[in-house]
Amino acid sequence: MATFLGINLFGLFGQLLVGLINGSFYALLSLGLAIIFGLLKIINFAQGAMYMLGAFGAWLALNHLGINYWAALVLVPLAVGAIGILLERVLVRPIAHEDHLYSLLLTFGIALMLQGLFTHLFGSSGMPYAIPDELKGGTRLPFMYLPDYRAWIIVASAVVCGGTWWMIEKTRLGAYLRAGTENPQLMQAFGINVPLMVTLTFGFGVALAGFAGVMAAPVYSVSPEMGSNLLIVVFAIVVIGGMGSIGGAILTGLGMGIVEGLTKYFYPEASTTVIFLVMVIVLLLKPAGLFGKEA
Amino acid sequence: MNDKKLYLALFILALAAPAVLYPVFLMKVLCFALFACAFNLLLGFAGLLSFGHAAFLGTGGYVTGYLMINAGLTPELGILAGTLAAGLLGAVYGKLAVRREGIYFAMVTLALAQLAFFFYLQAPFTGGEDGLQGVPRGELFGFIDLSNNLAMYYFVLAIFVFGFWLIRRTVHSPFGQVLKAIRENEPRAISLGYNVNDYKWLAFVISSALAGLAGSTKTLVFQLASLNDVHWHLSGEVVLMTLVGGMGTLLGPLVGAGAIVTIQNYLSGGELGNYIHIILGAIFVVCVLAFRSGIVGQFQKMLKQNF
Repeated sequence: MATFLGINLFGLFGQLLVGLINGSFYALLSLGLAIIFGLLKIINFAQGAMYMLGAFGAWLALNHLGINYWAALVLVPLAVGAIGILLERVLVRPIAHEDHLYSLLLTFGIALMLQGLFTHLFGSSGMPYAIPDELKGGTRLPFMYLPDYRAWIIVASAVVCGGTWWMIEKTRLGAYLRAGTENPQLMQAFGINVPLMVTLTFGFGVALAGFAGVMAAPVYSVSPEMGSNLLIVVFAIVVIGGMGSIGGAILTGLGMGIVEGLTKYFYPEASTTVIFLVMVIVLLLKPAGLFGKEA
Repeated sequence: MNDKKLYLALFILALAAPAVLYPVFLMKVLCFALFACAFNLLLGFAGLLSFGHAAFLGTGGYVTGYLMINAGLTPELGILAGTLAAGLLGAVYGKLAVRREGIYFAMVTLALAQLAFFFYLQAPFTGGEDGLQGVPRGELFGFIDLSNNLAMYYFVLAIFVFGFWLIRRTVHSPFGQVLKAIRENEPRAISLGYNVNDYKWLAFVISSALAGLAGSTKTLVFQLASLNDVHWHLSGEVVLMTLVGGMGTLLGPLVGAGAIVTIQNYLSGGELGNYIHIILGAIFVVCVLAFRSGIVGQFQKMLKQNF
């Protein structure tokens, strides 16, 4: 077994890989939260439920409609995004002018309902979702074994996160979005349809969670609880990174995944709490978050 | 004066209630009502939404339960210890949480509460998934046997009245006025020279200690402290109770806790038990969309309009 300074490299790289994978999901979810927050100034508590919907969507599509993984990877996020658009138009919009705490409570209620509904329909034990045939193999690297599907998660989420970052920071559409974040009234005055932009942004942010859910279905078991547990960690990550920057949300998500993976290797007892502890340290040293602007 | 008559009437009702209703049910309502009142001190009067209040309820419960089982404390000392522990945790968590505002405050408290959850899940003294079972109620002051439900009920009622009185006293004190000023216009409170973070922190400590008091009492009533008491579900439920009853009103959390506990008891008995989270979620959504002032808030509005 390969060791270096008494460290088992197989174990270490294995945990780093798990960390990168978790980090990919953290990045996708906090990216969605940050996009929605930027324009709507609300925190979507239902983001975890949307992730859960994505995973269940993939499972249902495969088992009841015969839609395979690759088609689900495109169709399910679209469906989840459509649900998000519906939620925004019907429920979030009417209280947009109220205190933002109300929209937080509203999305929490939605999350509770969805989680309750799926627990009722499918029970709380998880259901397996097979890895697609094309990605069943793996590669033996000098210091570790890399399953194809895990490599795919890292690549695919990097592409999606990077693409989203590029779209927001570098394109005309993204410029509208950033301008809308700064001053929606002025945008409206310039003839941009801000309400439509808000709806689409919400839909896109939610679709990112749905995409993460489909990706997660083969690695984690598909269960109603999967979203809420993840979301609380993502909240801590959002506090650590601050929601001011899109790139910051992605980097913090990945970074915290790696920190978690390393902790799992060196001190497994703290692996569930390490991200919260990092949050505490960040709150003490830089309360606005690593990438946040001082208010 | 009108207030006092209302409170007196409610108190007399509470004294007579065990004649009609099952004492354990009443005790459950009172424990959650105290919990919700404590939570409402933060949300309703200081404008701070804590999404992690279960951590304090659970801490009170675990500490009291552990000491009652292993140290043979009398119930009043057990409860005191649980309350102090929760207040201490609140002092630490509060210091951290008041560094952020608004929705960040909610996320920070939720994350900190999850930290507590994982701690209690792994700590050796909490009994893990089983929790602490068979916590003895003991004898109050060494001579009142609390295993009698009726005696226990009046003890719980006394605790609730104390907690409610303390909250009412806090809200109506100059300190409470400053809290309301912070809720309404924080920059202005700062410019008037108030150190708002200290005020928020103190409110947080009082609130968490009282939440701990509710948790300690609840542990004695049900003779059980478990992970459910520190789960984020419970943090959400207390928000719901306060919202349904009317945030920012003194009696709202009491009414809301009564309503939600009644609904839960009713549902868990029947076929609808499976739907409980769907229904609670739906109540959340409906309240936020159409009923933001809650039962008591709505009632007060009607009184103002008609009289």
